[in-house]
Amino acid sequence: MQRALIAGISVAITSSVIGLFLVLRRNSLFGDALSHAAFGGIAIGLATNIYPLWTGLALSILGALGITKLRQYAKIPADATVAILLSSGLALGILLISLSGGFTLDLFSFLFGSILLISVEDTLAILAMTGIILSIIILLYRQLMYITFDEEQARVSGLPISKLNYLFIILASVAVIVSMRLVGILLVSSLLVIPNVTALLFNKGFKKTALISVSISIFSVVTGIAISYAANLAPAGTIVLVSTAAFLTVLAARHYSKRKQVVKKLEEARN
Amino acid sequence: MQLVEIDRLSYAYSGNLVLDNISFTIDEGDILGIIGPNGAGKTTLFSCMLGLLDDYTGTIKILGEDIKKKNSKVFKSIGYIQQKKTIEQNFPATVEEIVSLGITTTGKTSKVKIALALETVGLLAQKDRRVGELSGGQQQRVLIAKAMVNNPKLLILDEPVTGIDLEMQNKFYSLLKKLNQENKITIIWASHDLDAVNRFATSVACINRSMFFHGKTYEFFENPDLLKAYSESSMQAHMHLHNHTHRG
Repeated sequence: MQRALIAGISVAITSSVIGLFLVLRRNSLFGDALSHAAFGGIAIGLATNIYPLWTGLALSILGALGITKLRQYAKIPADATVAILLSSGLALGILLISLSGGFTLDLFSFLFGSILLISVEDTLAILAMTGIILSIIILLYRQLMYITFDEEQARVSGLPISKLNYLFIILASVAVIVSMRLVGILLVSSLLVIPNVTALLFNKGFKKTALISVSISIFSVVTGIAISYAANLAPAGTIVLVSTAAFLTVLAARHYSKRKQVVKKLEEARN
Repeated sequence: MQLVEIDRLSYAYSGNLVLDNISFTIDEGDILGIIGPNGAGKTTLFSCMLGLLDDYTGTIKILGEDIKKKNSKVFKSIGYIQQKKTIEQNFPATVEEIVSLGITTTGKTSKVKIALALETVGLLAQKDRRVGELSGGQQQRVLIAKAMVNNPKLLILDEPVTGIDLEMQNKFYSLLKKLNQENKITIIWASHDLDAVNRFATSVACINRSMFFHGKTYEFFENPDLLKAYSESSMQAHMHLHNHTHRG
């Protein structure tokens, strides 16, 4: 349980920080594509007895860099390249699984997450990757924000856009691999997207939005783990549903507050 | 001193010659108004100058450096404001955060620099507001503050007042004059507003694919033949664009 909480909080921080840039770049499904590419890599790892997180990471990075190049040179729309990576990664995984005689318990844990059963080795790997991602993001925060705000302006100001974009793709791949242990391949993009969409509803500046997103993400993970532990539910599903509940609550509160403001303004105008 | 030297610049796109043998220079401290009809190549000219396009022929030197060398020092000395740039309403950034982007490449954010830039454009009191909540004119001033926070030597503005009301336009032009006179920033500014160019620019370049006129502002506006020829060429370009659009 203690390991689950440490790893869960690390994942919550990493995924929401990376996710903010993805959501603002209208690339929310990129996380899904990366996780499905990683699925192919994990199947390779399990088939060859190599630590699956590393093979998953390698394939996820290679796939992401590949589709980015494809997008640039063949002028293929972003959503189509996401679909190519997503289905190809999944297909590779399915193929390898069928060759090795079907689904194993290990593979299931990658598909649906297994945070409560996380090993010391995985916890340390997650902590190390979280440390690396956060250090780089803090260092390059303003440059990444500039590219997210306006890529052309950022290019004109002399920023090395291609290098920064490739670096970000690698960081996103690492974040996805880190998050997979918590919620599984199928639910990874929820951790990247939902806390950030919720935080955006608060209409704050960039730093504050990032902090709100991280807080919502940590809240969802900790509450989700606690509920799933107490009620013997699947942790991944519980975490994502808590996060969705947080989103719906904030959305409803915002709607109520807006209506209240409209009524108040009308009353002021009448008086 | 010549800040910009453009020599025989030509650029073609999809088999069409967009810029044809353009040559001109800009002296330090000038406000150059670039006028020309829609599709005349003004934005393409800026894209070449900013290194966004590099498959052109001829040379562009800024601060004595050929921009094809991609010297980041040169690009850091240029501020740029795009045509019809609107800030997405939901982008989560405060005015201060947006202006701070302008000093990304120089190292640590300087609060003093940001405050100074915001004070110059009259938005210091709004620094903590979300940029998406501001009016179009205020957003344009935020982008100017971002462009000037790094103390650029050259400010390139591509039809910066499109969609902004008349009062804000006049404030904007006064601000340009102030930046030019007090901060010694050389300005290149593309515009359709001949009256504003006449009032604020020190020199004029009139392009319509090729250079039609380049000289002092009064030389252009006090010459009825030039003005007549310009309006005729604008009308022709407009008709061409109109026919092209309707056929398409």
